Parts: sequence; C-alpha cells; structure tokens
Amino acid sequence: MSTPAARLALALGGRLEPRPRAVRGKPGAVAGRVIPPLLVGVVLVALWQAYVALSGVRPGIFPSPLDVARALVRDRSLLLSSAGTTLSEILLGYAIAIVVGVSLAAAVSSSRLVERGVYPWLVVSQMIPIPALAPVVVLWTGFDIRPKLIVVALVTFFPIAVNTIDGLRATDPELVGLLRTLGARRRDVLRIAQLPNALPYVFSGLRVAAAFAVIGAVFAEWVGSSSGLGYLLLSYNDQTLTADVFAVVVVLAVIGVAMFAAVGLIERVAVPWWRIEE
Amino acid sequence: MKLATSGLAKRFAGGVEALADVSIGVGDGEFVSIVGPSGCGKSTLLALLAGLLEPSAGTIALDGAVPADGLLGAVGYMPQRDLLMQWRTTLANTTVGLELAGVGRAAARELARAQFARFGLAGFEERRPSELSGGMRQRAALLRTFLAGREVLLLDEPFGALDALTREAMREWLLGVWEADRKTILLVTHDVEEAVFLSDRVYVMSGPPGAVVTEVEVALPRPRTLELTAGADFAQLRERLLAPLRAQARAALGATAPAGRVEPVAP
Repeated sequence: MSTPAARLALALGGRLEPRPRAVRGKPGAVAGRVIPPLLVGVVLVALWQAYVALSGVRPGIFPSPLDVARALVRDRSLLLSSAGTTLSEILLGYAIAIVVGVSLAAAVSSSRLVERGVYPWLVVSQMIPIPALAPVVVLWTGFDIRPKLIVVALVTFFPIAVNTIDGLRATDPELVGLLRTLGARRRDVLRIAQLPNALPYVFSGLRVAAAFAVIGAVFAEWVGSSSGLGYLLLSYNDQTLTADVFAVVVVLAVIGVAMFAAVGLIERVAVPWWRIEE
Repeated sequence: MKLATSGLAKRFAGGVEALADVSIGVGDGEFVSIVGPSGCGKSTLLALLAGLLEPSAGTIALDGAVPADGLLGAVGYMPQRDLLMQWRTTLANTTVGLELAGVGRAAARELARAQFARFGLAGFEERRPSELSGGMRQRAALLRTFLAGREVLLLDEPFGALDALTREAMREWLLGVWEADRKTILLVTHDVEEAVFLSDRVYVMSGPPGAVVTEVEVALPRPRTLELTAGADFAQLRERLLAPLRAQARAALGATAPAGRVEPVAP
C-alpha cells in the first residue's frame, strides 16, 4: 500500500481498512484525546518562538509565531475573503468528486468484466501528478472557477472511488446469496447490502479526499487566478512577506482540519452501527 | 414428494467432487434431516437446492416438476451464519424477504411484529443485531426465512454456533413453531441427536464426494419434548445413525476398529 492516497491516509491517522472503532463512552475520554495534541502544539510553538528569538534570524526569512499572529490580524479581511473563494472551490470540487467517484464505483462494481477493465486504469490515472496537469486544464478552460473545480475534483475523486469500490466489493458473498434466495435482483442487492456495507469505506475515502481538496485548490490557483488563498500565498511570497505567507498557511490548515472534522461528524450520524459493533 | 432430487452431482471448477449421485426426497409438511461429518457436501447440497449453485448432473424437482426458471427464490434458505445486517434493526432485518416480495414497508413491519413474541424476540424490534444474544440472532434469521413465505425451508446447521443448553432449548422451540405451521423442512446438521429429535426421517451422508449412506425412519410420537431424548427408543435410533458415521470417521483416520468391537453398518 504505497499509493499517495494510502500514505496520506496513514499520515493523517486515517484507516486504510475500515474497522469498527472502540466505543469511547466516558465523556472524560474526549478531553483525553484533545489535551495531548494541544499540549504538543503549545510546546512546538514555544520552541519555534524561542528559536527565532535566540538565533536572531530575520523575520523575512523565518518569522516567529508572534509575527505570524500579527500578520493574521493585519490581513484578516483579505484572508477571510480569499478563504471564501478557495473554500467554495474546494467544496464544489469535492462535491463533484463525490458524485462522480461514487457513481463510477457503482458502475465499476456492477460487472466483474467492467471492473477488470477499468480498475487498473483508475490506478494508473493516479500515477499522473494531477497538480502538474493544472496548467493544461487552465489552457483548456480559462481563468475562471472551472479549472479549480476540475483540479480539486481530479485529486479527490480517486480516494473516494477506490474506497467505494473496495467497500462494495467487501460485501459478504453469503449475504448476497441469501438475498438472492429471497428474490433480490442485482439492484436490490446493491441497495440493501452493498451500498450500506460500503458506507464506512466511503467515509474513509472522503476523509483522505478532504485533505487532498485543499492541496488541489491551492495548486489550481497558483497556475492561474486573481483571488483565493493560493493566489494570496504566491503574491505574499513574491513580496517576501514571509509572516503573511505563514498566515495563509495557517488558514489553509484550519480549512483542512475543519473539513476532516466535518467528515468525521457526518460519519457518526450516517454510520451509527459502525461504532456500536464490538 | 414436495422436494426431490435424482442423481444429483456437483463437481467444482478445479475438479473437486463435492457430491456424487444424491437422490433424496422430502414430503409435504415433512421434517427431514441430513446428518454427516464436516466436509461431506451437505452444505453444497443445500446450496444446490436453494438454487445458488448449478448441479453438474441430476435434477431437482419441486412439487413434482423441475422449475422452469430455476430454484432461486422458490425455496426458503437459512445459511449457517445468521448474516443479519448490522445497518438494519432486528425488525428491518426480518422484513427483507417481504420487502423483496413487494410488500409495503408498513405492512411488512406489521407482519413481522406479529411474529416477534413467538420467536422470542419481543422488545428487541428496534435493537441492532449486535445487541442480541447468539440464540436470538439465530431466531431472527429464522424469522427472516419464515416471513419470506416459502413452503419449503432449507436450514443449514441453524444451531451449530450455539452453546449446548441454548441449542437444546432452540430445538424444542423450533419443533413448536414447525408443528404450528407445518412447513416442509430439510435440515442439515452434524448432530445425530438433533436430527433424531426433530425429524420424521433422517438421511446419513458420507463424503467427500457426498453420497447418501442410509436412511432412517424416526417413528417417535409427536409432539416431542426434550425428555424424549432420555428414552430407550431414542437411544436405539441414535445408535443406528451413529454406527455408519463412526465407521466413516474411523476410515477417515485410517484406523481400524478394535477387534471384537466392529460396528455393524445399519441397512
């Protein structure tokens, strides 16, 4: 398992093989999960601040956390409007990827032959660094929102499609047999067994895709745009406003984390049985 | 005969011969069991009867005729594992067959609800399968099969995964349910006592490749209770069925029976 999707999933603490998580019943357990990473974050920021203060490195080269915080406050209105632009690109592209990814997965697993024919090409398509294709996409579609949506959708659809295919495929063949003795046709099996069974896998893919979406949007904006966080990043970088560059990175990170958390929340509502098991 | 096979054989791709020439029959409303050791092809036989596998040779007749569009969907089938879907409540699991038959959701639930007490599941309608005990899960799976409304039910070791006490109680309960409905049941088990206690007739299978070794009529009075298993008639029938099975087990282990204690193979 060394696809980019898999590596990112691991790095983000995602699950490659969805399995039921242990139920954490006690409310104290939430604090137990929130406090340690928060402490580590505080320590890292403190070390960063101490390094910048002690080494005397110029803020233009390496700004301190305080410089970044000041930049965040100073640029807040521009950051906010740019974040709005980028977020809408991310969400729209992500939505397209979900629709295309899940339908493609359903189509692919509708027949063994189609699956054999298409699946390897799906994997091959991921060997192409999609962000590198961004300039070509701009060439085809122009400078409006379309190339951003296409790039975001291209980088996010793969983890969604592959996880959905795996989930549909992982349906217990004995359950499929049982349903067939009860009179189920192919689409009944899909609706009653395969789709619900695939849901936890789909959410695994959605989680990885959420992180990819942010990267995709930034790349697309670098290639051609006049607004958005990616554009802002480039223009600050050209002016060596390093603290402001970091401020944009912080906003991007917040968007990524928020999307990741939102997917987790929706998963809890949509797949309640997943947490009850075991 | 409600369900009858003639010269049924199954050879899997790769040459594994699972069944060779099996001819059995189950009368209308009859309770018939098939006993045999693990791997003798009993589950393959049930899968053939359920229409999930195609026979390599032989025929299967339902109500005296080979069904034109296959057996799939024509008979009820309960596999060894309960296969309850964790994304559905217990009630919604039991109504799957009705849903697939085109019964409306509300009507299906009504029909299922009415059976929950009889199947010892009252109060667990809205629970997830993971919250049920092993015995309850099997009863829910059985209810799912019953509700689908087929006249012939194929049960593949329905109590195999349960503890001994629960298994005994389930047998008595199953007989009660069967006596009320008089469905035609073909049950597969490796437990001789279970087969004798439940059945009108028992086939003993050997294999692989699976073949019927002998057939024993169980002329014990009904209704039966678990106390019956302590009687002499019961013990005699059990021994008659066990004899060929023991001979098979010994042969499989390459051992010969100790001198002077050779078991006669029942006719």
